[in-house]
Amino acid sequence: MSNPTTGVSAKAASKPKRAWNDPKVRAIAYQVLVVGLVAIGVWYLVSNTLHNLSVRNIATGFGFLDREAGFAIGEAPIEYTPADTYSRALSVGLLNTLRAAAIGIVLATLLGTIIGIARLSSNWLVAKIASIYVEVMRNVPLLLQLFFWYAIIAENLPGPRQALNPMPGVFLSNRGLKLPALEGDGLTWLAGGFVLAVLATLVLANWSRRRQEQTGQLFPVWRVGIGLMVACPLLAWWISGSNLSLNVPVLQGFNFRGGLTLTPEFAALLLGLVIYTAAFIAEVVRSGIQAVSRGQWEAAESLGLRRNLALRLVVLPQALRVIIPPMTSQYLNLTKNSSLAVAIGYPDIVSVVNTTMNQTGQAIEGIMIIMAAYLTVSLSISFFMNWYNARIALVER
Amino acid sequence: MTTEPINAIPSREPPASQVGAVGWMRQNLFSSPFNSVLTFLSGWLLVIAVPALFEWAFFQAKLTAANGLECHEASGACWAFIAEKHRLILFGTYPFDEQWRPLVSMVLLVAMIVASGWRRLWNIWLLPLWVVGLTVVAVLMWGGVFGLTYVENTLWGGLPLTLILATFGIALAFPFGVVLALGRRSKLPAIKSICVIYIELIRGVPLISLLFMSSVMLPLFLPEGLTIDKLLRALIAIILFAAAYVAETVRGGLQAIPKGQYEGADSLGLTYWQQTRLIILPQALKIVIPPLVSVFIAMFKDTSLVVIIGIFDLTLAAKAALTDPAWQGFGVEVYVFISAIYFVFCYSMSKYSQALERRLATGHSR
Repeated sequence: MSNPTTGVSAKAASKPKRAWNDPKVRAIAYQVLVVGLVAIGVWYLVSNTLHNLSVRNIATGFGFLDREAGFAIGEAPIEYTPADTYSRALSVGLLNTLRAAAIGIVLATLLGTIIGIARLSSNWLVAKIASIYVEVMRNVPLLLQLFFWYAIIAENLPGPRQALNPMPGVFLSNRGLKLPALEGDGLTWLAGGFVLAVLATLVLANWSRRRQEQTGQLFPVWRVGIGLMVACPLLAWWISGSNLSLNVPVLQGFNFRGGLTLTPEFAALLLGLVIYTAAFIAEVVRSGIQAVSRGQWEAAESLGLRRNLALRLVVLPQALRVIIPPMTSQYLNLTKNSSLAVAIGYPDIVSVVNTTMNQTGQAIEGIMIIMAAYLTVSLSISFFMNWYNARIALVER
Repeated sequence: MTTEPINAIPSREPPASQVGAVGWMRQNLFSSPFNSVLTFLSGWLLVIAVPALFEWAFFQAKLTAANGLECHEASGACWAFIAEKHRLILFGTYPFDEQWRPLVSMVLLVAMIVASGWRRLWNIWLLPLWVVGLTVVAVLMWGGVFGLTYVENTLWGGLPLTLILATFGIALAFPFGVVLALGRRSKLPAIKSICVIYIELIRGVPLISLLFMSSVMLPLFLPEGLTIDKLLRALIAIILFAAAYVAETVRGGLQAIPKGQYEGADSLGLTYWQQTRLIILPQALKIVIPPLVSVFIAMFKDTSLVVIIGIFDLTLAAKAALTDPAWQGFGVEVYVFISAIYFVFCYSMSKYSQALERRLATGHSR
């Protein structure tokens, strides 16, 4: 509060001064009151909980994590058997969540960007289709969409024997999507070659930027980079002795063998998450692009920049400033929404913790693990995006 | 005095390629080679998808059938299943003969929501209207008085339950959220940090974890002997969750109020609460009405998550309908039906908020 005017203070001085009218005293009183109420509330809940736990003979603590889990998990990115411990089971769940979220974020960004741009297209048909997509997907609950996709995959797709075969080596049935997988020692070499090519491209981009700043000469970084990314892995593969085979799934008996599997649960979760979130990302992208004024396009044009250069050098950097913060929330939403996997039986962290809670009765610890896991992931994503945002943000004054 | 220009060229009709359907198509569909390709591609997509969809949903669909087997013979959708099960889907396990009561409650709730959206009715009378309306809904749903048989709330279900969860969730989360937003903007560090921690903690975890918490942990929190029923526990989780989101939205509005408004109120000698109630909040809330409606839409959709702790809302009632052995394998039809219901509600809310945004634009937006 600002200083009282002289008139008021003269009046106040004539009366005996009450401490309650002093803003500082009042501020402290309010805070003590609120903190006290919260503390009493928390103490009340905690003491009730402790009492209830002792009455029901529920052990507290995380000791159960080292015990044998004894339940199977449908799909595990790391080795897991029912004989492993609960902590191992929880890591499997967490990895499954992270896998769904990471792939979902990449695909939803791609699809959402395409649809967001399509909504702004001068082509009436394309814009209409994109806006219908956005309106329909945004207004139907994600859980329902997950059930829908799962029903389509589990009920309406044929069994393995009559599997749809849209491309050689690709099978679509009610057991999920089967893809050919690469196998062999050459795989590590191939990956190594690719990583090398990416690093080389980054170095090249840095060198080319500095050269352009000094001499003004352009270097075709993109074309050379793509060339490197094709050539290096191939070269590595050839050096390693061409030891690489394609493991194509084949029908044996009642199911497929070999190849890469996308289970129906994972496929439904991914489809639902990507299609739902893409609608929101599309709106983020559209508003970001619309926030860049027409004059920026025209100015870039008048400088003689080609349309793709104008987009990359002038419009996109400005649009990104508007896009990044809401995009961060969409990524966080997607990650949190991946917890709906429990409803269709994909073994994510929530589903594993749920089973654990049912078996051990450790409800409090279970909920705490779920919350801690999501808080960590959420904070990491928002930390990274805030760092990126700070890097591209407009620096004024 | 009008001056005729010398040698005036009489205005001519624009060329046929610029007006009418042809002109429109040239401008909107074939303005460049790339656009033409896009038009043909998306047109091709529509030609493949739309007729197939119509075949499935209308021409090949079965509207009446005695059981599921009869439906499976047809290649289209089985709307007969919806016709057969619509009362289970819409009203859940509510006693069959009493289902007019949830129906009336539902109509009443929707009517109140629509009335609250009508700007001419925005005055103090809305509050008593809601109090009376919600009381009537409670009497109708529970019964036990006026000769209505008592129906305990474990039997409630379907669309009325979804609407009740959403309305009560919104109505109670809103004031809580406003208080949290004010707390977060407060200059008192202790109050501010409590609010910040609450908001960030809740926004960082999925709603499912709160629902689990309410269903398994809340009974542990309460003193022995005191139990809260399942529905109320779910409602508490929804309120706690939504309040954090309402708070962040309202905070946006509070931040948008220019400093001059605070200073003006200060110079009038208003106390903090007078200033907040009379000057700041009305303006802040007006700014955030459109995003608030988005929060409400999100909440309405999120109520479907109570499925996970086994509350018979619209979605779980639909899943229950699917378990009938005589009618198996019609998941797609049911989910399309439920999606249509959700779509109607959410889409009208979002259209309403867009209209409101246009009408309320009185210079606050850039």
